[in-house]
Amino acid sequence: MELLTAENVSKTYINHKALDDVSINVPEQSIFGLLGPNGAGKTTLIRIINQITAPDEGKVYLNGERLNQNHVARIGYLPEERGLYRKMKVGEQAMYLARLKNVPKQEAYNQLKSWFQKFEIFDWWDKKVEELSKGMQQKIQFVTTVLHRPRLLIFDEPFSGFDPINANLLKQEIMKIRDEGATVIFSTHNMASVEELCDHIALIHKARKILDGPMKEVKREYSTNIFTAHLKNVDAHLPSSLGNNFKLLEKHNKDDFLHVKIQIMDKTTSPNKLVQNLSDIGEIHSFNEVIPSMNDIFIKNVQQNQ
Amino acid sequence: MSKVSLIIQREYLTRVKKRSFVVMTILGPILLASLFIIPIYLAQMQGGDAKKIGIFDDSGLYKPAFQDSESYNFVFMNENLDSAKKALPDSDLYGILYIPKTEVALPETAALYSANQPTLEVKSHLKSLMEKRLEKLKLRAEGIDQETLASINTDIKFSSIKLNKSGEEEKSYAEVATAVGFFGAIVIYFFIFMFGSQVMRGVIEEKTSRIIEVIISSVRPFQLMMGKIIGIAMVGLTQILLWVVLTFGIYMAFTTAFSDTIDFRQQQEMAMQSQQMTNKLGMNNGDNMQNQVNKAEINPRVNKVFDVIQSINFPLIIGSFIFFFLGGYLMYSALFAAIGSAVDNETDTQQFMLPITVPLILSIIVAQFVVQNPEGPLSFWLSIIPLTSPIIMMIRIPFGVPIFDMTLSVILLILGFIATTWLAGKIYRTGILMYGKKVDYKELWKWIRYRS
Repeated sequence: MELLTAENVSKTYINHKALDDVSINVPEQSIFGLLGPNGAGKTTLIRIINQITAPDEGKVYLNGERLNQNHVARIGYLPEERGLYRKMKVGEQAMYLARLKNVPKQEAYNQLKSWFQKFEIFDWWDKKVEELSKGMQQKIQFVTTVLHRPRLLIFDEPFSGFDPINANLLKQEIMKIRDEGATVIFSTHNMASVEELCDHIALIHKARKILDGPMKEVKREYSTNIFTAHLKNVDAHLPSSLGNNFKLLEKHNKDDFLHVKIQIMDKTTSPNKLVQNLSDIGEIHSFNEVIPSMNDIFIKNVQQNQ
Repeated sequence: MSKVSLIIQREYLTRVKKRSFVVMTILGPILLASLFIIPIYLAQMQGGDAKKIGIFDDSGLYKPAFQDSESYNFVFMNENLDSAKKALPDSDLYGILYIPKTEVALPETAALYSANQPTLEVKSHLKSLMEKRLEKLKLRAEGIDQETLASINTDIKFSSIKLNKSGEEEKSYAEVATAVGFFGAIVIYFFIFMFGSQVMRGVIEEKTSRIIEVIISSVRPFQLMMGKIIGIAMVGLTQILLWVVLTFGIYMAFTTAFSDTIDFRQQQEMAMQSQQMTNKLGMNNGDNMQNQVNKAEINPRVNKVFDVIQSINFPLIIGSFIFFFLGGYLMYSALFAAIGSAVDNETDTQQFMLPITVPLILSIIVAQFVVQNPEGPLSFWLSIIPLTSPIIMMIRIPFGVPIFDMTLSVILLILGFIATTWLAGKIYRTGILMYGKKVDYKELWKWIRYRS
């Protein structure tokens, strides 16, 4: 079941096309990575979902309904360019932002209190925002984004400005929120965190979507059938003894081991065959598939579409 | 609670709670009330230590002119002028007035020697004493007595009476109408700038602190803009109300506190004068007469003040002040908001401020011509055009404005406010999300035509 669907969305600004016929499907209760280089059109798509701007063409559905103003309270948005009123007190400000999302006063207070205690910032309730450190402000911003328990959460570069400990805390909270039933759209350039968190991804480049799907499938699609192995006591000559279906990409000796990197040239050959062949050559101490990282997939796709 | 009212509430409360608002609210009435109070207070303070002035009257004609008063003590000296001059710096004399003797005509020259630069007031006081005395002597020489002179002195009491349509008489005071009109116009001018630029700064603050995107994912940009404009309008009205109440309060408190001393002083003076009269009977008849005349005039003067106050149509003036303040503010503040949205910081606002400030400043400059001819074509057109009407109409109102002019002006101002708000809304919703771009008028025009 899809929580959010965008169908053939296009948007042209005064001087350039920001989105060109982009469709995405965000499955319910998943973390959806929205990826792309700078200026690809991610922020425009996010703004359309938030109804900050309207698309020129195409439709957006939330939970099967055409997107409308009532959905605002069901979406939480943490923009990349974010901030708070500097002169306003933390508590007052958080209350204000919560109530703009239609949370009743008393409930907003109770919720805020428990979140602030969890993030150890409750003592700062009556402080002005400008007195807080940047990391502290980011925490408050995060709390105000999730406070109204939105069905859909949109995080644009959520970890920027966080130290590793707090970034980790945030990651855990995001996964917890997903596990409790919310759906998360997550836009970032940090591919490591994409690998860690995302269930689905879509890659946007130059206003077009160039890749999407569940993370596992994308990875499988981009698997290169390359394996590495550590061998000991090798007495045969490589590559002659490997066989026709295998191509030796790399080999070098280190300590007592021979490191090899071998590609299986046709899809039908099982890695088991390679293991057999390698065991004839020497003692196998390790055997691993080289899985393409999101980083590689990202760079490869973007460069292909230049 | 609707979102707009939440925004209004925030805009209002954060500003009203600011220290600068509290300070302005307290300082404003104090400054305003001091405009009335300080002159009264200074008049009370006058005197203090009496200045002692030595008189060398070689002519021998001026002695009756120099009567000791609260502020001046006169000492008549006969010894050597040169030695007195030498002793002056060490003596308790403020100065020495030397009147030389002349052979033919009456002596009309004098010299004042003093250790310090004599104040203008001292000089003019001594001068007027001498002049009065000399006039009296001349009159006597011509054979005119004091009574004849008093009967010749003329003061025409001029009151203008305006007839309204139903034939009722209304007293009109052009000076008062001018003052009231100018006051209202200047206050409106000042407030439009003050609160309009608060709107602008608020928009810039939201933009530079980057909270804007968070907010407009919850509310529409237009709601945010209107919430801000209305919230600040309410701050303005609160400030005006507090100023009026506090100024009135301070003034009332002052007058009641000082009315006793004023009465007391008057009694004291009267007692002193009657004593002087018995002591130096015959010598200062003229002065005394003048005093009595002054006292007789007090009552008519008080009556006149009441008359003037009654001639001002307060409900009309206050009502139209509030309308034209709000109308003008709403119209201009929408433009201020649009400017704020188009720039990244306050220093970039200059180029867009010009078209806004020109009509406002023009109104204030033209105001003096409008006062001279409140019914003329210039006055008519400028009080109709929405950009200038809030200020110019305020000047015309105390003189009486035809219903037609008034209605037209009000309708056009409302339309003007709707038009600028619509226009500003279009610039605003694009501008608030635009960073790091130098915006010019061409760009703004694109934003206006661009659909969201």
